[in-house]
Formats: sequence, structure tokens, C-alpha cells
Amino acid sequence: MSLLIRNGRVVDPAHGVDAVQDVHVVDGRIARVGRGLRAPSGTETLDATGQVVCPGFIDIHVHLREPGYEYKETVATGTRAAAAGGFTAVCCMANTFPVNDNRAVTDYILAKAKVEGVVRVYPIGAVTRGLKGAELAEMAEQAEAGCVAFSDDGHCVMDAEIYRRAMEYVLPFGTPVISHAEDACLGAGWAMNEGFVSTELGLPGQPAAAEDVMVARDIVLAELTGAHVHIAHLSTAGAVRLVRDAKARGVRVTAEVTPHHLLLTEEAVRDYDPNTKMAPPLRGKRDVEALLEGLADGTIDCVATDHAPHALSEKEGEFGASANGIVGLETAVPLMLDRLVRTGRIDLSTFVARLSTGPARLMSLPGGSLAPGAPADITLLDLERPWTVDPARFRSRSRNTPFGGWTGRGAPVAALVGGIRALPEPEARA
Amino acid sequence: MTQREKAQVLDEVALDRALTRIAHEIVEQAGGEDVALVGIKTRGVTLAHRIADKVATIEEVKPAVGALDITLYRDDLRLKAEQPIVRGTEIPFPIKGRIVVLVDDVLFTGRTIRAAMDALMDLGRPRVIRLAVLVDRGHRELPIRPDYIGKNLPTSRRESVAVMLREHDGTDRVVILEPE
Amino acid sequence: MGWKRKDLISMQDVEAAEIRDVLDTAESMREIATREIKKVPTLRGKTVVNLFYEASTRTRTSFEIAGKWLSADVVNFSASGSSAEKGESLLDTAKNIEAMSPDVVVVRHQASGAPALLARHLRCAVVNAGDGAHEHPTQALLDLLTIRQKKGHLEGLNVTIVGDIAHSRVARSDIHGMRKMGMTVTVAGPPTLIPAACQELGVKVSHRLEEAIAHADVVMMLRLQHERMLAGLIPSLREYSRVWGLSLDKLRHCRPDVLIMHPGPVNRGVELAPEVADSQYSVILDQVANGVAVRMAVLYLLAGSKAA
Repeated sequence: MSLLIRNGRVVDPAHGVDAVQDVHVVDGRIARVGRGLRAPSGTETLDATGQVVCPGFIDIHVHLREPGYEYKETVATGTRAAAAGGFTAVCCMANTFPVNDNRAVTDYILAKAKVEGVVRVYPIGAVTRGLKGAELAEMAEQAEAGCVAFSDDGHCVMDAEIYRRAMEYVLPFGTPVISHAEDACLGAGWAMNEGFVSTELGLPGQPAAAEDVMVARDIVLAELTGAHVHIAHLSTAGAVRLVRDAKARGVRVTAEVTPHHLLLTEEAVRDYDPNTKMAPPLRGKRDVEALLEGLADGTIDCVATDHAPHALSEKEGEFGASANGIVGLETAVPLMLDRLVRTGRIDLSTFVARLSTGPARLMSLPGGSLAPGAPADITLLDLERPWTVDPARFRSRSRNTPFGGWTGRGAPVAALVGGIRALPEPEARA
Repeated sequence: MTQREKAQVLDEVALDRALTRIAHEIVEQAGGEDVALVGIKTRGVTLAHRIADKVATIEEVKPAVGALDITLYRDDLRLKAEQPIVRGTEIPFPIKGRIVVLVDDVLFTGRTIRAAMDALMDLGRPRVIRLAVLVDRGHRELPIRPDYIGKNLPTSRRESVAVMLREHDGTDRVVILEPE
Repeated sequence: MGWKRKDLISMQDVEAAEIRDVLDTAESMREIATREIKKVPTLRGKTVVNLFYEASTRTRTSFEIAGKWLSADVVNFSASGSSAEKGESLLDTAKNIEAMSPDVVVVRHQASGAPALLARHLRCAVVNAGDGAHEHPTQALLDLLTIRQKKGHLEGLNVTIVGDIAHSRVARSDIHGMRKMGMTVTVAGPPTLIPAACQELGVKVSHRLEEAIAHADVVMMLRLQHERMLAGLIPSLREYSRVWGLSLDKLRHCRPDVLIMHPGPVNRGVELAPEVADSQYSVILDQVANGVAVRMAVLYLLAGSKAA
């Protein structure tokens, strides 16, 4: 199989490339990248004039919900949503039902992905059995089965002794431990960020300190054990500062941020729309500023959507009783291209790095660059394509997004996995 | 719809004479029994006070005067876009077993008087209810008839009658208005 | 002039002129309570549904009497628990009720934002009778009416609200309403019971009772719930009542013409000593009477005319 992607603006931060070039793919791998490439006869051509060609985007924080919650999402629908959003790979979290704390579930997910998935799927295993925070899960077998990281995401491992032992245990496997950093006691029963808005709305609030306290603890444990700890969905200025200082000291800590924490504040909650309820909650303006700075200066290594599908009935009632989380695979790239790249908050190269190079590196995944020999996972972008977020047309099974009706310019055009379009339609829609 | 004055039907002197005559008629029909006057807000109340003052000069005792707000009893509330302001009823005396004379400025369809009677009944059980109006302009829609009339004034439906009183409008006169 | 809103959800939404309209209308409704036949036909043929998810005999009874004196048909629907656990969702319950064509739905719910959710989905008028810690507008209106009656005016008065401000919808509604009417509000309580960024509501914050009530024209005492102690917010009811309870002794710090108010029910001996609750300064019973008048006014303004 031979594919020539012609005349696109190739952006490959791993090699410092940002220029109009051709990319030649052979048998699912990158063969060459250069100007005016000529390819053997029988080569399919893809005209990428006016488009951006970059290493396939990887979302390391996705909830595919299968097994157990197929009414919200499945491997099939979730990976299609990922492809429509320009992603070529996703890492899926362990809070399925049953929990992915044993290799049987990991095998199941991988089997489903092989048959029904349209992008690469890398499972993340649980740290503790049943996510209960009490006993270690069988992480050695999980790593063998294919888990690329471990996380009790959805819950914080409150017992520091257990968490320390988990970090030590996985050292030989080279897999990061991903922290959902949230002290379960501070502001227990919260519905949103604690501040003036929560006071006015009469909703119970969680102070930013609940996250900072646990980020600090996890950094100290990382220092103690030498483990690689990755902080999920960073949301506070305090946490950004802690991660920055820890990195400066040489601690093996990395961090991610969601698009919604970069674009929305607690003010979005004023209408009591349950689609503005998530964990961690939307914070204040100063937090958003700090997160944007952290994303730009590399304190935050990558963007990850925390794609959290929920059924309509779980997101249409009273705010306080609604489930936490929103979908994000299909809106992440368009929103960020329009609101962050187009406005100059971050440059295109950094944007691409945070979605491909960064995630690949910190999770030790193949991909993240267009080097010869690398798998031909490629994302194509059209920086001028206009879009309107229309939840009714999502590939995801769920529609829980606060961005319905938003408009902008700049969207993914295609996601190629191993050189083949993940979605058969000529154009992936935003 | 703008209106203009078509004719003046009562001037200050004529208005006063009409009220004096009504006062005498009330006293005559009461036959020595005491009577309570209840004015329908807003101008009916003013007229009730004036009639009461005149009765005082005839009988040396001023009859009790109350004020009735019929807003809560109107039959046309559903048809309005906004609720009319409720001004409140003040009838600081018992009406049970008494002769009550309702006083209003203009009698037209009779619906206001019907509402006023319902309101009075909810406040107590008068022995007799009589009705005094300054002007009867016809076009009754209910079987209501006044006992004491200042002036009978045939009008067409398009016209309206404006009663102006010193206390509210700076002058005492009654005019017919017609659309321009 | 004239009430134009479809619903009454919060004091934060309404303007001073609208508040005055309600108070004036309520004032003229008070007379009905003194009649032998406490009935006017104004809302005859209208249906008012009391949808109370939180148990509350007092407020519900107040709304029920208000509706009945206006000749409306009042129906009580008592549901319990939050939507997720107990079966039918709030929206489903509301839509079912709407299918029976009520003119007004009065709703009390433990979730902030629930009445607003209903107002968006129901064609009929929605009255918030208390949602979580968010608002309780008719309570604020009856408080304002009571103060206006006793003092003759509202503007320029100093009000101090004492107690669990953080969890109080009454406090929030009072703060919004009183500020719109030109009053100065101080909140007082232990720091654990004062919500985040409270000053941004436009109030002064005090942590000493004696100071806070010294110049107040009105002192509003809030109910303290037993659960607060269990949640680690205060060490004990005993200590709370010693430091923050209004006793005859503490009353000495107040102005001689002070009004003592309480939204009820009173925890006698906790936030209010019985002698104070029964003293000549207390207008708690006037509040209750005014509650019916205010609710009559609200039902009249919302239900009487076309809502669509």
C-alpha cells in the first residue's frame, strides 16, 4: 500500500518541522517526508493543499464506557467520535463495569477495539481493586495484557500508603500512574467550584485547595518512590504552580488539561445547566489564565479531553443530582484551533505537540511524530473550515456538551490510522 | 384612541345641586333609620363623602362612609394582560343588618355594581342595598337599576363620560367625550 | 408598572418597582383576613399545585390558605427524595402535572435551580417556595412587608442577619431584596457558617454578635440545623447558642426600637431565647400573617391574567 500526501503544511514538533512538504506512506508506516516527493506508480494521492499535516492526535484520557455502560458509549461509537475529532488513538480509563482491574476486562476491551474500533485503543488499568482505594489491583498482569498506565480516575486514592505502594509496584513496567487529584473530604458533596458564584447560586462548593492538596501529596509520593506520576485534568492555578516547581526540581511528574478547563469558568454554571457540571469543576478566571500559561510553557504536557459520555436522563435534571462530565472528542480540536490558536494564545506547533508529541512521549506510545518508520497515524487539519457544534450530529452515543451552538473556524479534516482513513467518509465533520 | 370633548353636561353648580337632591332623597327614603354610604373607588368614594356631608347638614348626624375596591371581584380579569392594581377596601363599620347605599360616579353596563354587591355580601349581610349614581349613561348589560340618579344621560357606545372632581382633577364638571 | 413576569424564581431577578407592587398589593389583601367570610372570587376556576419535595407544613399551608382565600382550587402534591433515587424524574413529574393544566405550580425542592428548570419547561407560572440554599423569594417579600409596616419605610434601615448564612436561602433572598430597597445589610455568624466571597453580595460581615446587632433596626435570626454540628461546622449546639443565640441579655446591645424577626420554625433556646421570641420586640407572628397576604398577592399577580 502506498499513499502520497501532497503539498500540505507539515507540522512535526518532534523534529522541529513546519513547512510545506509531502509525506509518503508505505504499508502503514511513514516512508519519507520531504519536498517534491515522487512515488511509485499505483500510489494513491491525497491532496493536502491548504491543510495542516501532523502526527496523529492522541487523547490519553477517554471514557469508552464499555464494558457495562454501553448505553452511554461503546468502543465502536467512542472511537468513531475520536476519529471525527481528529484523533488517531485514545487511552481508555478503567471505571467500566466491571472495573478494568483484571486482565479479563483488558482483553475484552482490546478484542472489541480490534473488531469494532476505528482508532488505536490503549487501555488504562485500575490501581486498586474495584477502584475502592483499598487493595492493589493485579497490575503486573494488566501491564502484560496491554495496559499502558494505571489510574483510579473518577476517584482519588485517599490512602497515601496504598498509593505509595502502587507507585513502587509499577516501576518495573515503566507505566505512569495517573492521578485523579481530589481530596474527597474537602468540600465533600460539592456541585461546583467554591467561590462567589457558588455562594450566589446556593450550590455546595469545592475549594481549589481540594485539588492542590492532593497534587502536592502526589508529587511528594512521586519524589519518594521515583515513579512517574501524571496528574489528570489539572484545573487550578495552585496545581500548575506545584507541577512547575516539581518539574524544576527534577521530579518525574507530568500533567494534562482539558479543553473545557481552558475555555470555561464557573460563570458558565449560572444557568444551572447540568452540562457545566464535571469533576474537577470549572474554576475561576485566574485558574484559566494559569492553565493557559502552563500549557504554553510546557508545565502542562498535553491536552486530554476526559471524554465522559452520559445519557440525557443523567444530565437534564437538577444540577446537584446530575452526573459529572461532558463529551469532548468531537469538540476539542475545533474549539482549541479557533479559540486558542487563531487568537494567538498558543502557536500551532505547540498545539500539535500537546496533542501528539506530548501524549505519545509521556505514555510511551508509538506515534507522536512523522519520523520515517513511525506508524502512519496522521491528522489533517483545515485551519479555515467553519464549524458549528451540533450535538445532534455527534458520532458519540451521548450529547452532553455545553458547547452546543458554538461556532468557529478550524477543524480536523481526517484521521489516518496506519495510513488508512479511520472514517470512510471523505471528510470528518466537526 | 384619542378623544375630544363633545359637550359639558354638568357644571360646578349643577353637580352640587344634583348631589344635594340625592342627599335629600336618601334621607327621605331612610325614614329616620341611619344609613351607611359605601363609595366605589375611586371617585365614588369622594362623592360618598360629599353626599355624607350634605346629609349631615340635613340630619345633624353624618352617616358612616366606607370605600370599596372591587378589583378582586371583577368579571373581566382573565381578559387583561396585566393584573390591575388592588387598592384595598376600607369599611370600618359593621354592615350587617344596615341600609347601605352604594355610590358611584357613572353607571354604564352595571358590571361594576354587580361586583360591588358581591363584595359587600362577602363583608356582611346588609338589610338593604341601594344605589346612588351621579350619571346614568344607559347601555345596561345586567338587570341593575339605580335608586338615586344625578342625571340621566343617553350616550352612544362610542362616547364616554368623564366625571371630574375638585379633589382629583382640580375642577367639578361632567363632560361627554367622543373619539376624534 | 404592573407585573409582567411569568414566574417568581428569585429576588435577584426582580426589580425594586416590582417588589413595591407586590408589597402594595399584599397590603390591600391583608384586610381579607379580618373578614368573617375570608373569600374573594378573584382566582375562581384557577388551579394552584403545591409541588413540595421538601417537607414543609408552614409554607405549604400558607400558600394553600392564600390560594383558597382567592377561591382557587389548591392541590398538594408531596413528593420526596431527589429524582435519581426515587423513580420519576423532576421533569417527568412536572410534565405530568402540566398535562392536568394547572395555572400555577408552587415548588419547593432541595436542589438549587430546580424551580428555574421547571419554569423553563412549564407553560404555567412557577413560584419558588424555596430551592436548596439558593432563594426563598416569598419569605423575603413577607419580611419586607413586615418591616415596612412596623417602621413605615424601608430605605436607609440597617438589618443584621445572624446565623447559618452559608446554607440559608432566606438569607440570600433577604440580602437581594433588602439591598434593592435601599437597606444596609450585615451578616453575622461564625466563619464556618459564612459562605465564600460573602462580601461580594454587598453585605458587611461580622464575627461578633454584640457588635453586629448594636445599630440594627432589624435583627433577623436564622434557624440552626442540627446537621451543621455533625458536619464539623460548629462544635456543639450548646456553644453556638451561648455565643450566637439571642438572649435577653444580648438584647441589651440593641436599639430600643429594634425588630426581632425569624423565618421560623424557631429552635427555642438555640438561636432565640424563649423570652426574646415572646417579647414585645418580636414580630415573628406578624411575619406569618403577612406571609399569607404576600402569597395571595403573588398568586394574584401571576395567576390572574394570561401567562402565555
